Amino acid sequence: MPGTAFHYHKLFLNDGLITSGAYKLTLEMFFQNFLNALQWGSFYALIALGYTLVYGVLLLINFAHGDIFMVGAYIGFFIASFFLGSYAFHLPFALSGNVIFVFTVIITMVLTAGVGVTIERVAYRPLRKKGAGRLYVVITALMCGLVLENGNLALLGASRKSFPDLIEKSIYTIGGVTFTNIKILVIVTTILVFLFLEAIVRKTKIGMAMRAISYDRVAVLLMGIPLDIVIVFTFILGSSLAALAGILFVTAYPVLEPYMGAMVGWKAFIAAVVGGIGEIRGAFVGGFILGFIEIYVAAVFPSTLRDLIAFAILLLLLSLKPTGIFGIARAQKI
Amino acid sequence: MLKIENLHVRYGNIEALHGISLYVDDGEFVALLGANGAGKSTTLMSIMRLFPPEAPIVKSGTITYKGNDLIPVQPHLVVAKHGIGLVPEGRRIFGNLTVYENLKIATYARKDFNRISNDYEKVFSLFPKLADRKNQRGDTLSGGEQQMLAMGRAFMCGAKFILLDEPSMGLAPLLMQDLFKVLKELNETGTTIFVVEQNAHIALKYAGRAYVMETGNIVMEGSAAELAHNEEIRKAYLG
Repeated sequence: MPGTAFHYHKLFLNDGLITSGAYKLTLEMFFQNFLNALQWGSFYALIALGYTLVYGVLLLINFAHGDIFMVGAYIGFFIASFFLGSYAFHLPFALSGNVIFVFTVIITMVLTAGVGVTIERVAYRPLRKKGAGRLYVVITALMCGLVLENGNLALLGASRKSFPDLIEKSIYTIGGVTFTNIKILVIVTTILVFLFLEAIVRKTKIGMAMRAISYDRVAVLLMGIPLDIVIVFTFILGSSLAALAGILFVTAYPVLEPYMGAMVGWKAFIAAVVGGIGEIRGAFVGGFILGFIEIYVAAVFPSTLRDLIAFAILLLLLSLKPTGIFGIARAQKI
Repeated sequence: MLKIENLHVRYGNIEALHGISLYVDDGEFVALLGANGAGKSTTLMSIMRLFPPEAPIVKSGTITYKGNDLIPVQPHLVVAKHGIGLVPEGRRIFGNLTVYENLKIATYARKDFNRISNDYEKVFSLFPKLADRKNQRGDTLSGGEQQMLAMGRAFMCGAKFILLDEPSMGLAPLLMQDLFKVLKELNETGTTIFVVEQNAHIALKYAGRAYVMETGNIVMEGSAAELAHNEEIRKAYLG
Protein backbone atom coordinates (compact mmCIF):
# COMPACT_ATOMS: atom_id res chain seq x y z
CA MET A 1 0.00 0.00 0.00
CA PRO A 2 2.82 2.49 0.55
CA GLY A 3 3.62 1.91 -3.11
CA THR A 4 0.22 3.11 -4.13
CA ALA A 5 0.66 6.23 -2.10
CA PHE A 6 3.75 7.00 -4.07
CA HIS A 7 1.91 6.31 -7.25
CA TYR A 8 -0.76 8.89 -6.56
CA HIS A 9 1.75 11.27 -5.37
CA LYS A 10 3.40 11.10 -8.76
CA LEU A 11 0.12 11.38 -10.56
CA PHE A 12 -0.69 14.36 -8.55
CA LEU A 13 2.57 16.06 -9.44
CA ASN A 14 2.10 15.14 -13.07
CA ASP A 15 -0.93 17.32 -13.04
CA GLY A 16 1.64 19.94 -13.89
CA LEU A 17 0.00 22.53 -11.76
CA ILE A 18 2.22 22.22 -8.77
CA THR A 19 5.93 21.85 -9.02
CA SER A 20 7.67 21.33 -5.78
CA GLY A 21 11.04 22.97 -5.60
CA ALA A 22 10.67 26.40 -7.03
CA TYR A 23 7.54 27.47 -5.25
CA LYS A 24 6.66 31.07 -5.11
CA LEU A 25 4.02 31.75 -2.57
CA THR A 26 2.24 34.32 -4.57
CA LEU A 27 -1.44 35.08 -4.43
CA GLU A 28 -1.86 33.24 -7.73
CA MET A 29 -0.19 30.19 -6.29
CA PHE A 30 -2.55 30.38 -3.36
CA PHE A 31 -5.66 30.42 -5.53
CA GLN A 32 -4.21 27.84 -7.88
CA ASN A 33 -3.69 25.50 -4.95
CA PHE A 34 -7.09 26.39 -3.60
CA LEU A 35 -8.74 25.02 -6.73
CA ASN A 36 -6.50 21.98 -6.75
CA ALA A 37 -7.35 21.34 -3.13
CA LEU A 38 -11.05 21.62 -3.85
CA GLN A 39 -10.74 19.01 -6.56
CA TRP A 40 -8.54 16.70 -4.53
CA GLY A 41 -10.80 17.10 -1.52
CA SER A 42 -13.83 16.34 -3.70
CA PHE A 43 -12.57 12.81 -4.34
CA TYR A 44 -12.02 12.22 -0.64
CA ALA A 45 -15.40 13.74 0.20
CA LEU A 46 -17.32 11.61 -2.28
CA ILE A 47 -15.73 8.41 -0.98
CA ALA A 48 -15.96 9.50 2.65
CA LEU A 49 -19.72 9.99 2.20
CA GLY A 50 -20.06 6.27 1.47
CA TYR A 51 -18.14 5.31 4.61
CA THR A 52 -20.18 7.64 6.73
CA LEU A 53 -23.57 6.59 5.32
CA VAL A 54 -22.95 2.93 6.02
CA TYR A 55 -21.45 3.65 9.42
CA GLY A 56 -24.39 5.86 10.31
CA VAL A 57 -26.82 3.05 9.62
CA LEU A 58 -24.98 -0.12 10.62
CA LEU A 59 -22.16 1.17 12.85
CA LEU A 60 -20.04 -0.83 10.42
CA ILE A 61 -16.78 0.46 8.99
CA ASN A 62 -17.17 -0.81 5.47
CA PHE A 63 -13.53 -1.34 4.62
CA ALA A 64 -14.49 -2.68 1.20
CA HIS A 65 -15.66 0.79 0.23
CA GLY A 66 -12.31 2.00 -1.17
CA ASP A 67 -12.31 -1.02 -3.45
CA ILE A 68 -15.88 -0.28 -4.51
CA PHE A 69 -14.41 2.99 -5.75
CA MET A 70 -11.88 0.96 -7.75
CA VAL A 71 -14.60 -1.34 -9.09
CA GLY A 72 -16.58 1.73 -10.11
CA ALA A 73 -13.62 3.11 -12.04
CA TYR A 74 -13.15 -0.22 -13.85
CA ILE A 75 -16.81 -0.65 -14.67
CA GLY A 76 -16.76 2.90 -15.98
CA PHE A 77 -13.71 2.04 -18.09
CA PHE A 78 -15.47 -0.94 -19.67
CA ILE A 79 -18.71 0.93 -20.28
CA ALA A 80 -16.88 3.85 -21.86
CA SER A 81 -14.80 1.50 -24.04
CA PHE A 82 -17.97 -0.28 -25.05
CA PHE A 83 -19.59 2.95 -26.19
CA LEU A 84 -16.42 3.94 -28.00
CA GLY A 85 -16.63 0.73 -29.99
CA SER A 86 -13.60 -1.05 -28.57
CA TYR A 87 -15.40 -4.40 -28.28
CA ALA A 88 -16.36 -5.29 -31.83
CA PHE A 89 -19.64 -3.60 -31.21
CA HIS A 90 -20.42 -0.36 -32.89
CA LEU A 91 -23.35 1.84 -32.21
CA PRO A 92 -25.30 2.61 -35.38
CA PHE A 93 -24.82 6.29 -34.66
CA ALA A 94 -21.96 8.29 -33.29
CA LEU A 95 -22.26 9.75 -29.82
CA SER A 96 -20.28 12.72 -28.67
CA GLY A 97 -17.79 12.24 -25.85
CA ASN A 98 -19.92 14.22 -23.44
CA VAL A 99 -22.97 12.08 -24.09
CA ILE A 100 -20.93 8.90 -23.63
CA PHE A 101 -19.62 10.34 -20.39
CA VAL A 102 -23.12 10.91 -19.06
CA PHE A 103 -24.26 7.41 -20.05
CA THR A 104 -21.10 5.92 -18.58
CA VAL A 105 -21.68 7.69 -15.28
CA ILE A 106 -25.31 6.59 -15.03
CA ILE A 107 -24.77 2.96 -16.03
CA THR A 108 -21.68 2.65 -13.87
CA MET A 109 -23.45 4.04 -10.83
CA VAL A 110 -26.27 1.52 -11.28
CA LEU A 111 -23.95 -1.45 -11.78
CA THR A 112 -21.64 -0.49 -8.92
CA ALA A 113 -24.63 -0.04 -6.63
CA GLY A 114 -25.43 -3.64 -7.56
CA VAL A 115 -21.95 -4.70 -6.47
CA GLY A 116 -22.34 -2.89 -3.15
CA VAL A 117 -25.75 -4.41 -2.52
CA THR A 118 -24.43 -7.87 -3.43
CA ILE A 119 -21.63 -7.55 -0.88
CA GLU A 120 -24.18 -6.53 1.74
CA ARG A 121 -26.37 -9.47 0.78
CA VAL A 122 -23.75 -12.21 0.72
CA ALA A 123 -21.29 -10.96 3.33
CA TYR A 124 -22.80 -8.59 5.88
CA ARG A 125 -26.43 -9.59 6.11
CA PRO A 126 -25.85 -13.25 7.08
CA LEU A 127 -23.57 -12.07 9.90
CA ARG A 128 -26.13 -9.52 11.03
CA LYS A 129 -28.90 -12.11 11.08
CA LYS A 130 -26.76 -14.38 13.22
CA GLY A 131 -26.06 -11.53 15.61
CA ALA A 132 -22.29 -11.59 15.01
CA GLY A 133 -20.18 -9.04 16.88
CA ARG A 134 -18.98 -5.92 15.13
CA LEU A 135 -15.39 -7.10 14.98
CA TYR A 136 -16.35 -10.03 12.76
CA VAL A 137 -18.27 -7.80 10.40
CA VAL A 138 -15.37 -5.35 10.09
CA ILE A 139 -12.97 -8.20 9.33
CA THR A 140 -15.44 -9.49 6.75
CA ALA A 141 -15.46 -6.03 5.16
CA LEU A 142 -11.67 -5.99 5.00
CA MET A 143 -11.70 -9.40 3.36
CA CYS A 144 -14.33 -8.32 0.84
CA GLY A 145 -12.03 -5.45 -0.14
CA LEU A 146 -9.10 -7.83 -0.59
CA VAL A 147 -11.25 -10.19 -2.66
CA LEU A 148 -12.25 -7.32 -4.94
CA GLU A 149 -8.64 -6.18 -5.36
CA ASN A 150 -7.24 -9.62 -5.98
CA GLY A 151 -10.22 -10.71 -8.01
CA ASN A 152 -9.53 -7.81 -10.31
CA LEU A 153 -5.85 -8.77 -10.42
CA ALA A 154 -6.73 -12.34 -11.34
CA LEU A 155 -9.24 -11.37 -14.00
CA LEU A 156 -7.53 -8.44 -15.65
CA GLY A 157 -3.90 -8.82 -14.69
CA ALA A 158 -1.57 -6.30 -13.14
CA SER A 159 -1.22 -4.08 -16.18
CA ARG A 160 -2.62 -0.63 -15.87
CA LYS A 161 -5.42 0.59 -18.03
CA SER A 162 -5.84 4.06 -19.31
CA PHE A 163 -9.24 5.71 -19.15
CA PRO A 164 -10.31 7.19 -22.50
CA ASP A 165 -10.67 10.95 -22.82
CA LEU A 166 -14.42 11.35 -23.05
CA ILE A 167 -14.61 15.00 -22.21
CA GLU A 168 -12.59 17.35 -24.28
CA LYS A 169 -10.32 19.18 -21.91
CA SER A 170 -10.58 22.95 -21.98
CA ILE A 171 -8.12 25.03 -20.04
CA TYR A 172 -9.10 28.43 -18.74
CA THR A 173 -6.92 31.07 -17.18
CA ILE A 174 -8.33 33.80 -15.02
CA GLY A 175 -5.96 36.22 -13.34
CA GLY A 176 -3.02 33.83 -13.55
CA VAL A 177 -5.02 30.90 -12.13
CA THR A 178 -5.33 27.97 -14.50
CA PHE A 179 -8.12 25.42 -14.32
CA THR A 180 -9.79 22.86 -16.52
CA ASN A 181 -13.44 22.15 -17.17
CA ILE A 182 -12.88 18.74 -15.57
CA LYS A 183 -11.77 20.33 -12.33
CA ILE A 184 -14.89 22.47 -12.26
CA LEU A 185 -17.02 19.42 -13.07
CA VAL A 186 -15.55 17.47 -10.16
CA ILE A 187 -16.01 20.28 -7.65
CA VAL A 188 -19.54 21.21 -8.72
CA THR A 189 -20.65 17.57 -8.81
CA THR A 190 -19.39 17.01 -5.28
CA ILE A 191 -21.23 20.04 -3.95
CA LEU A 192 -24.45 18.95 -5.69
CA VAL A 193 -24.10 15.43 -4.30
CA PHE A 194 -23.69 16.86 -0.82
CA LEU A 195 -26.83 19.00 -1.13
CA PHE A 196 -28.75 16.05 -2.57
CA LEU A 197 -27.74 13.76 0.29
CA GLU A 198 -28.51 16.35 2.92
CA ALA A 199 -31.98 16.75 1.43
CA ILE A 200 -32.57 12.99 1.43
CA VAL A 201 -31.42 12.52 4.98
CA ARG A 202 -33.20 15.59 6.39
CA LYS A 203 -36.45 15.62 4.44
CA THR A 204 -37.46 12.13 3.37
CA LYS A 205 -38.87 9.36 5.53
CA ILE A 206 -36.24 6.88 4.40
CA GLY A 207 -33.59 9.47 5.29
CA MET A 208 -35.11 9.85 8.74
CA ALA A 209 -35.11 6.09 9.07
CA MET A 210 -31.39 6.08 8.20
CA ARG A 211 -30.71 8.53 11.00
CA ALA A 212 -33.01 6.75 13.41
CA ILE A 213 -31.39 3.35 12.85
CA SER A 214 -28.07 4.60 14.17
CA TYR A 215 -29.82 5.70 17.34
CA ASP A 216 -32.02 2.70 18.05
CA ARG A 217 -32.38 -0.13 15.60
CA VAL A 218 -35.10 -1.99 17.48
CA ALA A 219 -37.27 1.09 17.84
CA VAL A 220 -37.08 1.51 14.05
CA LEU A 221 -38.66 -1.91 13.63
CA LEU A 222 -41.38 -0.85 16.05
CA MET A 223 -42.23 1.99 13.65
CA GLY A 224 -43.11 -0.59 11.02
CA ILE A 225 -39.98 0.14 9.01
CA PRO A 226 -38.28 -2.76 7.19
CA LEU A 227 -34.64 -2.53 8.32
CA ASP A 228 -33.24 -4.46 5.39
CA ILE A 229 -34.72 -2.10 2.83
CA VAL A 230 -33.24 0.92 4.55
CA ILE A 231 -29.87 -0.83 4.71
CA VAL A 232 -29.97 -1.78 1.02
CA PHE A 233 -30.91 1.80 0.16
CA THR A 234 -27.87 3.00 2.12
CA PHE A 235 -25.55 0.68 0.24
CA ILE A 236 -27.05 1.82 -3.07
CA LEU A 237 -26.34 5.44 -2.19
CA GLY A 238 -22.82 4.80 -0.90
CA SER A 239 -21.73 2.51 -3.73
CA SER A 240 -23.13 4.66 -6.51
CA LEU A 241 -21.31 7.67 -5.06
CA ALA A 242 -18.08 5.68 -4.93
CA ALA A 243 -18.64 4.84 -8.61
CA LEU A 244 -19.18 8.51 -9.38
CA ALA A 245 -15.95 9.34 -7.54
CA GLY A 246 -14.16 6.56 -9.45
CA ILE A 247 -15.18 7.88 -12.86
CA LEU A 248 -14.41 11.48 -11.96
CA PHE A 249 -11.05 10.39 -10.59
CA VAL A 250 -9.99 8.53 -13.72
CA THR A 251 -11.32 11.35 -15.86
CA ALA A 252 -8.89 13.64 -14.06
CA TYR A 253 -6.07 11.09 -13.60
CA PRO A 254 -6.71 8.46 -16.26
CA VAL A 255 -4.82 5.48 -14.85
CA LEU A 256 -6.58 2.38 -13.52
CA GLU A 257 -4.95 -0.37 -11.49
CA PRO A 258 -6.34 -2.93 -9.02
CA TYR A 259 -4.97 -1.23 -5.91
CA MET A 260 -6.07 2.28 -6.79
CA GLY A 261 -8.84 2.18 -4.19
CA ALA A 262 -6.75 1.05 -1.26
CA MET A 263 -4.85 4.16 -0.24
CA VAL A 264 -7.49 6.61 -1.39
CA GLY A 265 -10.05 4.54 0.52
CA TRP A 266 -8.05 4.59 3.73
CA LYS A 267 -7.54 8.31 3.47
CA ALA A 268 -11.21 8.95 2.75
CA PHE A 269 -12.09 6.82 5.76
CA ILE A 270 -9.77 8.93 7.90
CA ALA A 271 -11.39 12.05 6.45
CA ALA A 272 -14.82 10.70 7.44
CA VAL A 273 -13.63 10.07 11.00
CA VAL A 274 -12.00 13.49 11.31
CA GLY A 275 -15.23 15.09 10.12
CA GLY A 276 -17.27 12.99 12.55
CA ILE A 277 -18.26 9.59 11.23
CA GLY A 278 -21.96 9.08 10.73
CA GLU A 279 -22.43 12.75 9.85
CA ILE A 280 -22.82 13.69 6.19
CA ARG A 281 -21.48 17.20 6.74
CA GLY A 282 -18.56 15.59 8.52
CA ALA A 283 -17.58 13.44 5.54
CA PHE A 284 -17.86 16.42 3.25
CA VAL A 285 -15.83 18.78 5.43
CA GLY A 286 -13.35 16.06 6.44
CA GLY A 287 -12.71 15.23 2.79
CA PHE A 288 -11.98 18.83 1.96
CA ILE A 289 -9.81 19.33 5.03
CA LEU A 290 -7.66 16.38 3.99
CA GLY A 291 -7.55 17.67 0.41
CA PHE A 292 -6.48 21.11 1.52
CA ILE A 293 -3.84 19.88 3.94
CA GLU A 294 -2.31 17.56 1.36
CA ILE A 295 -2.19 20.15 -1.40
CA TYR A 296 -0.87 23.00 0.70
CA VAL A 297 1.68 20.84 2.48
CA ALA A 298 2.97 19.66 -0.88
CA ALA A 299 3.10 23.24 -2.10
CA VAL A 300 5.21 24.46 0.77
CA PHE A 301 7.28 21.48 1.89
CA PRO A 302 9.11 18.82 -0.09
CA SER A 303 6.33 16.56 -1.24
CA THR A 304 7.82 13.49 0.42
CA LEU A 305 6.69 15.05 3.69
CA ARG A 306 3.12 15.38 2.51
CA ASP A 307 1.53 12.39 4.22
CA LEU A 308 3.64 12.78 7.34
CA ILE A 309 2.56 16.34 7.93
CA ALA A 310 -1.00 15.79 6.74
CA PHE A 311 -1.61 12.93 9.14
CA ALA A 312 0.15 14.67 12.01
CA ILE A 313 -2.33 17.52 11.59
CA LEU A 314 -5.26 15.10 11.47
CA LEU A 315 -3.99 13.35 14.59
CA LEU A 316 -3.87 16.67 16.33
CA LEU A 317 -7.44 17.49 15.20
CA LEU A 318 -8.67 14.17 16.53
CA SER A 319 -6.91 14.52 19.86
CA LEU A 320 -8.57 17.92 20.25
CA LYS A 321 -11.99 16.54 19.31
CA PRO A 322 -12.03 12.75 19.38
CA THR A 323 -15.58 12.53 18.03
CA GLY A 324 -14.57 14.41 14.89
CA ILE A 325 -15.60 17.89 13.91
CA PHE A 326 -19.36 17.31 13.64
CA GLY A 327 -19.57 14.12 15.68
CA ILE A 328 -21.48 14.04 18.92
CA ALA A 329 -20.45 11.65 21.64
CA ARG A 330 -23.42 9.46 22.38
CA ALA A 331 -23.96 7.08 25.18
CA GLN A 332 -23.70 3.49 24.06
CA LYS A 333 -27.18 2.04 23.86
CA ILE A 334 -27.75 -1.25 25.57
CA MET B 1 -58.83 -10.06 19.21
CA LEU B 2 -55.40 -11.03 20.41
CA LYS B 3 -55.16 -14.54 21.70
CA ILE B 4 -52.20 -16.26 23.31
CA GLU B 5 -52.49 -19.96 24.07
CA ASN B 6 -50.16 -22.10 26.11
CA LEU B 7 -47.13 -20.01 25.13
CA HIS B 8 -43.69 -21.26 26.13
CA VAL B 9 -40.72 -19.05 25.22
CA ARG B 10 -37.01 -19.18 26.01
CA TYR B 11 -33.97 -16.92 26.11
CA GLY B 12 -31.11 -19.20 25.17
CA ASN B 13 -31.82 -22.35 27.16
CA ILE B 14 -33.74 -20.65 29.90
CA GLU B 15 -37.49 -20.85 29.69
CA ALA B 16 -39.05 -17.49 30.50
CA LEU B 17 -42.76 -18.13 29.97
CA HIS B 18 -44.15 -21.48 31.08
CA GLY B 19 -47.29 -21.83 29.02
CA ILE B 20 -49.27 -18.65 29.47
CA SER B 21 -52.71 -18.06 27.96
CA LEU B 22 -54.50 -14.74 27.69
CA TYR B 23 -56.72 -12.77 25.37
CA VAL B 24 -57.51 -9.13 24.70
CA ASP B 25 -60.77 -8.36 22.90
CA ASP B 26 -61.08 -5.49 20.43
CA GLY B 27 -61.80 -2.26 22.27
CA GLU B 28 -60.70 -3.55 25.68
CA PHE B 29 -58.32 -1.91 28.15
CA VAL B 30 -56.39 -4.76 29.79
CA ALA B 31 -53.54 -4.61 32.29
CA LEU B 32 -50.81 -7.17 32.91
CA LEU B 33 -49.47 -6.87 36.45
CA GLY B 34 -46.61 -8.44 38.27
CA ALA B 35 -43.27 -7.90 39.95
CA ASN B 36 -39.94 -7.36 38.24
CA GLY B 37 -38.87 -10.41 36.25
CA ALA B 38 -42.31 -11.99 36.19
CA GLY B 39 -42.28 -12.14 32.38
CA LYS B 40 -44.48 -9.17 31.54
CA SER B 41 -42.08 -7.49 29.11
CA THR B 42 -41.21 -10.89 27.67
CA THR B 43 -44.86 -11.36 26.83
CA LEU B 44 -44.99 -8.04 24.96
CA MET B 45 -41.72 -8.73 23.13
CA SER B 46 -43.09 -12.11 22.06
CA ILE B 47 -46.22 -10.50 20.64
CA MET B 48 -44.15 -7.96 18.68
CA ARG B 49 -42.04 -10.80 17.21
CA LEU B 50 -38.76 -8.98 17.87
CA PHE B 51 -35.53 -10.98 17.49
CA PRO B 52 -33.10 -12.16 20.15
CA PRO B 53 -31.40 -10.76 22.16
CA GLU B 54 -34.26 -8.27 22.62
CA ALA B 55 -36.95 -10.90 22.53
CA PRO B 56 -37.23 -14.59 23.35
CA ILE B 57 -37.68 -17.53 21.00
CA VAL B 58 -41.06 -19.24 20.94
CA LYS B 59 -40.81 -22.90 21.92
CA SER B 60 -44.47 -23.81 21.63
CA GLY B 61 -47.92 -22.34 21.82
CA THR B 62 -49.76 -19.86 19.62
CA ILE B 63 -50.13 -16.11 19.26
CA THR B 64 -52.97 -15.03 16.99
CA TYR B 65 -54.41 -11.65 16.18
CA LYS B 66 -57.78 -11.41 14.44
CA GLY B 67 -57.37 -15.05 13.52
CA ASN B 68 -53.91 -14.63 11.93
CA ASP B 69 -50.92 -16.51 13.26
CA LEU B 70 -48.38 -13.89 14.37
CA ILE B 71 -45.48 -16.22 15.10
CA PRO B 72 -43.95 -16.29 11.59
CA VAL B 73 -44.56 -12.55 11.01
CA GLN B 74 -41.59 -10.18 10.78
CA PRO B 75 -41.55 -7.48 13.47
CA HIS B 76 -42.01 -4.51 11.15
CA LEU B 77 -45.06 -6.21 9.64
CA VAL B 78 -46.62 -6.80 13.05
CA VAL B 79 -46.81 -3.01 13.12
CA ALA B 80 -47.28 -2.13 9.46
CA LYS B 81 -49.65 -4.91 8.42
CA HIS B 82 -51.39 -6.03 11.60
CA GLY B 83 -51.61 -2.63 13.25
CA ILE B 84 -50.16 -3.56 16.63
CA GLY B 85 -47.95 -0.87 18.18
CA LEU B 86 -45.61 -1.05 21.15
CA VAL B 87 -44.61 1.75 23.49
CA PRO B 88 -41.42 0.12 24.73
CA GLU B 89 -39.91 0.15 28.16
CA GLY B 90 -37.63 3.16 28.53
CA ARG B 91 -39.56 4.90 25.69
CA ARG B 92 -36.77 4.46 23.13
CA ILE B 93 -37.58 7.63 21.26
CA PHE B 94 -35.09 8.81 18.64
CA GLY B 95 -33.03 11.40 20.47
CA ASN B 96 -31.30 12.58 17.30
CA LEU B 97 -34.60 13.37 15.58
CA THR B 98 -36.96 16.21 16.35
CA VAL B 99 -40.32 15.59 18.00
CA TYR B 100 -42.05 16.09 14.67
CA GLU B 101 -39.63 13.75 12.90
CA ASN B 102 -40.23 11.12 15.57
CA LEU B 103 -43.92 11.24 14.74
CA LYS B 104 -43.39 11.44 10.99
CA ILE B 105 -41.10 8.43 10.86
CA ALA B 106 -43.87 6.40 12.49
CA THR B 107 -46.03 6.96 9.40
CA TYR B 108 -43.38 5.31 7.18
CA ALA B 109 -45.44 2.30 6.16
CA ARG B 110 -48.87 3.94 6.15
CA LYS B 111 -50.87 4.21 2.97
CA ASP B 112 -53.95 6.00 4.35
CA PHE B 113 -52.48 9.43 3.65
CA ASN B 114 -55.70 11.35 4.17
CA ARG B 115 -55.94 10.18 7.77
CA ILE B 116 -52.35 10.97 8.71
CA SER B 117 -52.91 14.71 9.08
CA ASN B 118 -55.91 14.06 11.34
CA ASP B 119 -53.76 11.79 13.45
CA TYR B 120 -51.12 14.50 13.89
CA GLU B 121 -53.86 16.83 15.10
CA LYS B 122 -55.13 14.22 17.49
CA VAL B 123 -51.67 13.60 18.96
CA PHE B 124 -51.05 17.32 19.37
CA SER B 125 -54.43 17.82 21.01
CA LEU B 126 -53.88 14.89 23.39
CA PHE B 127 -50.37 16.15 24.18
CA PRO B 128 -50.22 19.93 23.67
CA LYS B 129 -46.69 19.93 25.10
CA LEU B 130 -45.49 17.97 22.08
CA ALA B 131 -46.88 20.66 19.78
CA ASP B 132 -44.89 23.27 21.71
CA ARG B 133 -41.73 21.24 21.35
CA LYS B 134 -42.32 20.12 17.78
CA ASN B 135 -38.92 21.19 16.45
CA GLN B 136 -36.88 20.23 19.48
CA ARG B 137 -34.61 17.19 19.44
CA GLY B 138 -36.08 14.17 21.20
CA ASP B 139 -33.22 13.91 23.68
CA THR B 140 -33.98 17.37 25.07
CA LEU B 141 -37.40 16.26 26.35
CA SER B 142 -38.15 15.43 29.97
CA GLY B 143 -39.05 11.86 30.91
CA GLY B 144 -42.75 12.61 30.91
CA GLU B 145 -42.60 14.33 27.53
CA GLN B 146 -40.64 11.41 26.13
CA GLN B 147 -43.35 9.06 27.32
CA MET B 148 -45.96 11.23 25.60
CA LEU B 149 -43.89 11.17 22.42
CA ALA B 150 -43.51 7.39 22.58
CA MET B 151 -47.29 7.07 22.94
CA GLY B 152 -47.92 9.57 20.16
CA ARG B 153 -45.51 7.67 17.95
CA ALA B 154 -47.29 4.36 18.50
CA PHE B 155 -50.54 6.06 17.60
CA MET B 156 -49.01 7.60 14.45
CA CYS B 157 -48.06 4.10 13.29
CA GLY B 158 -51.76 3.71 12.66
CA ALA B 159 -51.95 1.03 15.34
CA LYS B 160 -55.44 0.05 16.43
CA PHE B 161 -53.96 -2.04 19.22
CA ILE B 162 -51.32 -0.46 21.45
CA LEU B 163 -49.15 -2.35 23.90
CA LEU B 164 -47.39 -0.35 26.60
CA ASP B 165 -44.46 -1.50 28.69
CA GLU B 166 -44.33 0.20 32.11
CA PRO B 167 -45.50 3.63 30.94
CA SER B 168 -45.57 5.00 34.49
CA MET B 169 -41.94 4.15 35.22
CA GLY B 170 -39.97 7.09 36.57
CA LEU B 171 -42.86 9.55 36.35
CA ALA B 172 -44.34 11.76 39.05
CA PRO B 173 -47.74 10.51 40.31
CA LEU B 174 -49.65 13.43 38.80
CA LEU B 175 -48.11 12.85 35.39
CA MET B 176 -48.92 9.15 35.62
CA GLN B 177 -52.58 9.99 36.13
CA ASP B 178 -52.51 12.30 33.12
CA LEU B 179 -50.97 9.65 30.91
CA PHE B 180 -53.48 7.01 31.96
CA LYS B 181 -56.30 9.49 31.32
CA VAL B 182 -55.00 9.88 27.78
CA LEU B 183 -54.86 6.09 27.43
CA LYS B 184 -58.45 5.92 28.59
CA GLU B 185 -59.41 8.55 26.05
CA LEU B 186 -57.63 6.66 23.27
CA ASN B 187 -59.39 3.50 24.39
CA GLU B 188 -62.78 5.19 24.31
CA THR B 189 -62.16 6.39 20.75
CA GLY B 190 -61.52 2.87 19.52
CA THR B 191 -57.94 1.88 20.34
CA THR B 192 -57.41 -1.39 22.16
CA ILE B 193 -54.96 -1.03 25.06
CA PHE B 194 -52.83 -3.70 26.69
CA VAL B 195 -50.61 -2.27 29.40
CA VAL B 196 -47.88 -3.89 31.44
CA GLU B 197 -47.47 -2.26 34.84
CA GLN B 198 -45.75 -2.71 38.16
CA ASN B 199 -47.91 0.02 39.56
CA ALA B 200 -51.06 -2.04 40.11
CA HIS B 201 -52.83 0.86 41.75
CA ILE B 202 -53.01 3.03 38.70
CA ALA B 203 -53.42 0.18 36.23
CA LEU B 204 -56.43 -1.26 38.06
CA LYS B 205 -58.00 2.18 38.28
CA TYR B 206 -58.15 2.59 34.50
CA ALA B 207 -58.19 -0.92 33.05
CA GLY B 208 -61.31 -3.00 32.60
CA ARG B 209 -59.63 -6.36 33.08
CA ALA B 210 -56.26 -7.54 34.34
CA TYR B 211 -53.90 -10.51 34.53
CA VAL B 212 -51.33 -11.09 37.24
CA MET B 213 -48.02 -12.79 36.41
CA GLU B 214 -45.48 -14.49 38.63
CA THR B 215 -42.25 -16.12 37.42
CA GLY B 216 -43.43 -16.84 33.92
CA ASN B 217 -46.96 -17.92 34.76
CA ILE B 218 -50.29 -16.17 34.87
CA VAL B 219 -51.52 -16.70 38.40
CA MET B 220 -54.70 -14.66 38.45
CA GLU B 221 -57.12 -12.94 36.14
CA GLY B 222 -60.36 -11.04 36.44
CA SER B 223 -62.05 -7.70 36.15
CA ALA B 224 -60.04 -4.78 37.48
CA ALA B 225 -62.61 -4.09 40.18
CA GLU B 226 -62.49 -7.70 41.33
CA LEU B 227 -58.70 -7.76 41.49
CA ALA B 228 -58.51 -4.41 43.24
CA HIS B 229 -60.51 -5.92 46.10
CA ASN B 230 -58.71 -9.24 46.16
CA GLU B 231 -56.87 -9.75 49.49
CA GLU B 232 -53.76 -11.34 47.95
CA ILE B 233 -53.39 -8.60 45.35
CA ARG B 234 -53.85 -5.93 47.96
CA LYS B 235 -51.11 -7.46 50.07
CA ALA B 236 -48.68 -8.15 47.26
CA TYR B 237 -49.13 -5.20 44.92
CA LEU B 238 -51.24 -2.49 46.45
CA GLY B 239 -49.54 -2.25 49.83
